Amino acid sequence: MTKVAKKGKIAILKEICKGCGLCVDVCSQGILGLGDEMNSKGYYFSRINSEKNCTGCAVCAEMCPDLAIEVWRKSNISGNSRK
Amino acid sequence: MKKVFERPKSLKDTPSHFCPGCHSGLIHRLVAEAIDYFKIQERTIGVASVGCSVFLYNYLDVDVIEAPHGRAPAVCTGIKRVRKQNIVFTIQGDGDLAAIGTSEIIHTANRGENITVIFINNAVYGMTGGQMAPTTLLGQRTTTSPYGRDVQQEGYPVRMVELLSGLEGSAFIARAAVNKPANLMKAKKLIRRAFEMQINNMGFSMVEVLSACPTNWGLKPLEANRRVEEEMIPCFPLGVFKEKIQGSEDSRG
Ligand SMILES: Cc1ncc(C[n+]2csc(CCOP(=O)(O)OP(=O)(O)O)c2C)c(N)n1
Ligand code: SF4
Ligand code: SF4
Repeated sequence: MTKVAKKGKIAILKEICKGCGLCVDVCSQGILGLGDEMNSKGYYFSRINSEKNCTGCAVCAEMCPDLAIEVWRKSNISGNSRK
Repeated sequence: MKKVFERPKSLKDTPSHFCPGCHSGLIHRLVAEAIDYFKIQERTIGVASVGCSVFLYNYLDVDVIEAPHGRAPAVCTGIKRVRKQNIVFTIQGDGDLAAIGTSEIIHTANRGENITVIFINNAVYGMTGGQMAPTTLLGQRTTTSPYGRDVQQEGYPVRMVELLSGLEGSAFIARAAVNKPANLMKAKKLIRRAFEMQINNMGFSMVEVLSACPTNWGLKPLEANRRVEEEMIPCFPLGVFKEKIQGSEDSRG
């Protein structure tokens, strides 16, 4: 992690992603976008445009049918709880 | 930073075979989350139906038995009756549950068998190439209704939730969708509630989950997702249709 005071951070498992775009559609911060690079299965996987506004809400990960997104959040910030 | 999203323990770390944008992956995950939530992985037995959900044995890390097409509720009945200590569930598609398996689902619900059914309604036969299902929408084009489902020819979409709610034996019957975060969160609660009903010996529980099948709808994933909102939900309203209260006269728990 860099030292910038970011709230959230995500990682895309590009070999698992099928490029459906559901995550792109639900991110309120426009963090995600489908790229023009293919994974080994031939899918244009989801990419992080710019992470700096990521709130770590995990809505993208919740909506991903393939569990291709990992999310971290600063522990003192409340967001979408997984309860 | 703390990791805030993790794969449920009872969902195997295996890439799924589901098509891009198919909601089945989401629904399988919600089932795994419910199993984790109640810490019942060790005593849960899944019954795989026939259709795209058949591979539940590849994804859910529980013991699984495979049933013939449509017969999963009957197989669940057998298992639960001899192994009451186990939690028994199935995931069925609409061709499986509402066509070839109509008889099994109706009588299992009517007998109030203490099992849980997760019903994936994607309005087509997915695995076999998108034929019309009982739940196909009016006007919906499929490979066997190329001009759109016509009420004169094929009748109306069957609403299984409404049908099964009317049976005295059913204990918890609900319908959910996973097309957007708010609906997904509700679906998560309802699926959890369905398992809770079984744990509390309340009898038959079923959650129907509306699901996109981009491949057989001939739509891109986001278009298919939108169709759930714009066309499916108006035909198949969401909510809890029946819920027996524990300790009440008509409950078994
Ligand atoms: C007795 C029998 N008849 C027909 C089939 C062929 N078959 C396999 S999957 C399927 C349809 C499944 O559709 P659905 O239940 O809607 O599930 P989905 O694939 O959409 O998830 C059929 C007819 C079969 N396997 N067994
Ligand atoms: S929702 Fe998942 S599979 Fe779909 S594009 Fe996003 S990361 Fe990829
Ligand atoms: S055919 Fe339809 S239901 Fe089956 S995996 Fe593909 S999108 Fe999902």
